[in-house]
Amino acid sequence: MISKIVDSVAAALAGVDDGATVMIGGFGGAGMPTELVEGLIAQGAKGLTIVSNNAGNAEFGLAALLKAGRVRKVICSFPRQADSYVFDALYREGKIELELVPQGNLAERIRAAGAGIGGFFTKVGFGTELAKGKETREINGEMYVFESPIYADFALIKAEQGDRWGNLVYRKAARNFGPVMAMAAKTTVASVHELRELGAIDPEHVITPGIFVQRLVKIPRAATIAAGFKA
Amino acid sequence: MSYTKLNREQLAARVARDIHEGMYVNLGIGLPTLVANHFPANVEVFLQSENGLLGMGAAPAKGNEDFDLVNAGKQPVTLLAGGSFFHSADSFAMMRAGHLDVAVLGAFQVAANGDLANWHTGNPADIPAVGGAMDLAVGAKQTWVMMEHFTKDGVSKLVERCSYPITGVRCVKRIYTDLAVIDIVSDQFVLRETVAGLSAAQLSELSGVSFF
Repeated sequence: MISKIVDSVAAALAGVDDGATVMIGGFGGAGMPTELVEGLIAQGAKGLTIVSNNAGNAEFGLAALLKAGRVRKVICSFPRQADSYVFDALYREGKIELELVPQGNLAERIRAAGAGIGGFFTKVGFGTELAKGKETREINGEMYVFESPIYADFALIKAEQGDRWGNLVYRKAARNFGPVMAMAAKTTVASVHELRELGAIDPEHVITPGIFVQRLVKIPRAATIAAGFKA
Repeated sequence: MSYTKLNREQLAARVARDIHEGMYVNLGIGLPTLVANHFPANVEVFLQSENGLLGMGAAPAKGNEDFDLVNAGKQPVTLLAGGSFFHSADSFAMMRAGHLDVAVLGAFQVAANGDLANWHTGNPADIPAVGGAMDLAVGAKQTWVMMEHFTKDGVSKLVERCSYPITGVRCVKRIYTDLAVIDIVSDQFVLRETVAGLSAAQLSELSGVSFF
């Protein structure tokens, strides 16, 4: 019987090597697989490249991993937030590398990796500092910039429900980068709050088909933490 | 003659007047967010949020916050009946391919040719963050800017050329400030409205740019 369900965060994170590229889902706190990311601290991998929309909030999840000194480079769209002080300090001290990517380019570069696309031309960023040195092309009278796929060794994502084949359903706007990251990584680990029997998730409602998910681990439900803004 | 600047809510109401029933709209973080408070109750406007919502509603009542349901500024919001969720690549496809009618963005500077600067001061000590700004600037059918006319130090945000790093090339179509409404046509500022008591000549002198 096939089961992608593992019984601990430690088992879910087996094989994350030093120097790995790890995608982490979430937009601020929504969709951040906090328990998996914090599990990486105990797992011990270092010199990581992290691909995520933000660069951590307060001192939980990604910020905790940064604080533990495990991250060499962050590829993200929006590092600077009201509560990103862990990243801010590392960046100012020159202890972390930043590749800043417009958010839609980030999502599409991840999607391209997951879809077997070798890159794409986009209008976004043309003529700006973030497109410096990149190939450009005129298409239908407008200027486009070439963007490359972003691949990863692991994706750590958070979903609401899953089954032993790896089918996933998300919750509200916590979906964000989860579906595209699941496609782009060699190994995708999803935390879920509910494990369902096969067939209990309506096939019409599956958002991420199980082919994109290699491991699931159940994490008890906790309210998502407010993050990323000044109340 | 003397004039009075619009306050933030008056400016938001002025922008809202040009957004009509059935339009798909993205309101950028900061000042543009206020526009949502000024649509008449019987008018249906579809608000899109970059993190994957369409049909975004108002802030929840205190105590009902759900931080899986947030806006681009990561503040708690609600979803209207008929609203939907989708992943980030779909969300930016909506922006990039012109499915949105209007994006309303804040700005540090707007140039006469429509160049927009709103993501980075260029100061090496500042940590850059771009988010969805570059995607929004070039993707919507129309990009509008909503901003205070002058910086806190009294410097005009309307400029002949942006001195800050730009977000998008020739992307701005219309600018709403606390003093005026200005269109960009053929690389020129075209003045459409000013607040009562402010002449075009006065505004031009205050702003240090020419209007046509």
